[in-house]
Amino acid sequence: MFSQFNRWQKILIPVISVILGLLVGAIVMLVSGYNPIEGYAALLSGSLGEGFYIGETVRQITPYIFAGLAVAFAFRTGLFNIGVEGQLLVGWVASVWVGLAFDLPKIIHLPMAVLAGAAAGALWAFVPGLLKAKLRVHEVIVTIMMNYIALHLCNYLVRYVISDEQNTTERVPESASLKSPFFETLTEFSTMHYGIFLALAAAIIYFVVLEKTTTGFELRSVGFNQHASEYAGMNVNRNIILSMVISGAFAGLGGAMEGLGTFGYGFIHGAFSGVGFDGIAVALLGGNVASGVILAAALFGILKQGALIMPLESGVPTELVEIVIAIIIFFVASSYIIAYLLQRLKKGAK
Amino acid sequence: MKKRKYGVALSMILAAGTVLAACGSDEEADTGSDEGSAGGGEGTEETSDFKVAMVTDTGGVDDKSFNQSAWEGLQQFGADNGLEEGTDGYTYFQSNSDADYVTNMNTAVRNDFDLVFGVGFLLNQALTEVASQNPDTNFALIDDVSEGDNVASITFKEHEGSFLVGVAAGMATESDQIGFVGGVESDLINKFAAGFQAGVEAVNPDADVQIEFAGDFNDAARGQQIAASMYGSGVDVIYHAAGGTGNGVFTEAKNLKQQDPDRQVWVIGVDRDQWEEGQVGEDNVTLTSMVKRVDVAVQDISTRAMEGDFPGGEVIEYGIQEDGIAISDSQDNLSQEILDEIANYREQIVNGEIEVPSTLE
Repeated sequence: MFSQFNRWQKILIPVISVILGLLVGAIVMLVSGYNPIEGYAALLSGSLGEGFYIGETVRQITPYIFAGLAVAFAFRTGLFNIGVEGQLLVGWVASVWVGLAFDLPKIIHLPMAVLAGAAAGALWAFVPGLLKAKLRVHEVIVTIMMNYIALHLCNYLVRYVISDEQNTTERVPESASLKSPFFETLTEFSTMHYGIFLALAAAIIYFVVLEKTTTGFELRSVGFNQHASEYAGMNVNRNIILSMVISGAFAGLGGAMEGLGTFGYGFIHGAFSGVGFDGIAVALLGGNVASGVILAAALFGILKQGALIMPLESGVPTELVEIVIAIIIFFVASSYIIAYLLQRLKKGAK
Repeated sequence: MKKRKYGVALSMILAAGTVLAACGSDEEADTGSDEGSAGGGEGTEETSDFKVAMVTDTGGVDDKSFNQSAWEGLQQFGADNGLEEGTDGYTYFQSNSDADYVTNMNTAVRNDFDLVFGVGFLLNQALTEVASQNPDTNFALIDDVSEGDNVASITFKEHEGSFLVGVAAGMATESDQIGFVGGVESDLINKFAAGFQAGVEAVNPDADVQIEFAGDFNDAARGQQIAASMYGSGVDVIYHAAGGTGNGVFTEAKNLKQQDPDRQVWVIGVDRDQWEEGQVGEDNVTLTSMVKRVDVAVQDISTRAMEGDFPGGEVIEYGIQEDGIAISDSQDNLSQEILDEIANYREQIVNGEIEVPSTLE
């Protein structure tokens, strides 16, 4: 996203966008007759103020990190993966399915269920990757359509295959669960689970694969310029598919976190969960780098969690947080404006 | 230059207008709640410290459907008992995603609410989990059955009401083709479909009922699409049990009515009186609505809980007899003949002469 800007600007632009977003949010609150200081105070105390809220915020951040990484990975390799939502859903159902179908010791069962989620997500992303590589079908269109297929397929599987015409599946047994009684007691019965460690590990893997390996170099290279990469002897088609598969695996893992951790079961979705789509915004705000994605996911988690408490404590409706997020994304997307202003400011100082 | 200034001024005025409009609606909402608490203040002798909250599903409190109805019930209960809106009286927690259910339930418990409603079957797992962790708080689940000594399950006999609107549909149809649009295929929505089908069959055995599920409660475009193909194939009455998706059914029916005012197209509304949704010019495409009085149930359970008579561990079914299910008060589109027949069947259901099926076979 910010490759054309220098290092300093890359950090400044998202930060300024966030500040501007919060400022505009404050103005909206003022205009609608609320006290912005109270509103933001309630938002903060509702996301970080007590152990319980911190636990919930961390739980909220976990899938955002995975979704953000998934979008960012594809983006860095020149692909738009809009299908993170669908890949997340199939990962969710696959992990729950494996969790319910087997009876194994935890040390085998849990990794197997988590990996099943990754595999399902990867498989779901493999299709658009293959179509892009072989037939040059644009991945945006295919991934969007695959989202709907995923939603309805997962609902079908939950209702008719995994459960006996129920609205939810059984709970996954302890041996496949990410739930953490330790964290739950620590945070007064929040739904915080071990997934956050997997998310952080995934971010490290993301960094290493993309920045430190030959494969990562090839993937990025294809993203920059397909023809040059091909001329340099790289297999463009293979790299396109590989990129989508890895991206889908991240998304599928995010689904596994929801399936094995947050909820512990699968259920019929009346609509998309929205996490996958928020992942696009997280990746954008995080500048498509691992550390940025973690920070952006943290911000989203805090905002979304705090939004639940805000109406109760300050009367500000939860929708305000959506406005703030939208404005932040708007400013990030129009980063040229900020870069331009920064430059003007510099000149002015001189 | 002057022109540009004029443009700026114009846009300022427009902006101010938007801003003021926002203020206006806000004030309205404020006075509304003021009135509510003031009215309650007069009517009460005893001020209790009873606190009650509800957690919405993702539809939100303004879904024009059962979340809204539940909130109206809670507001009424608050007004009747002199409770204040907020953490010290009654309030609602809005869930923006499925992951918020447990959080909201827990937050309600942490704020010492005595009774917490979970609105909608989607909240079943979350409510059951939180209820088992907090045995001192009472919970009530709407539209599904949960277990636990501190949980009351509130269900409705939607099949009974659906039977009655099925009678209306069976008599009103001219093409003998009738449609049913469901949200997501589930036990709950199947109850609507089963009752409706039985009602149609009771008065018009020749009529054919097409049952379709949109797979989504919030996809008006999909609802419109299904309605278009149903009306196109000769269907003239559609009953929807699909929340926001059903709005698309209304849109399609109104479009058809507008193009050809003589054509017979009917929609049967669900959950609340959807007369307003069907208004198109002089005409109205809403034949009738199957009204589910979530507000009645919420007030009833809240009152019982406040009086120390909370029906924990019980499953309470609200049907026609309990005034929990009815057809809407807007009956202009129903002929006297249909109304008589509905009254007749209503009687038979109340007397137990007819057993309405609640599952599709």
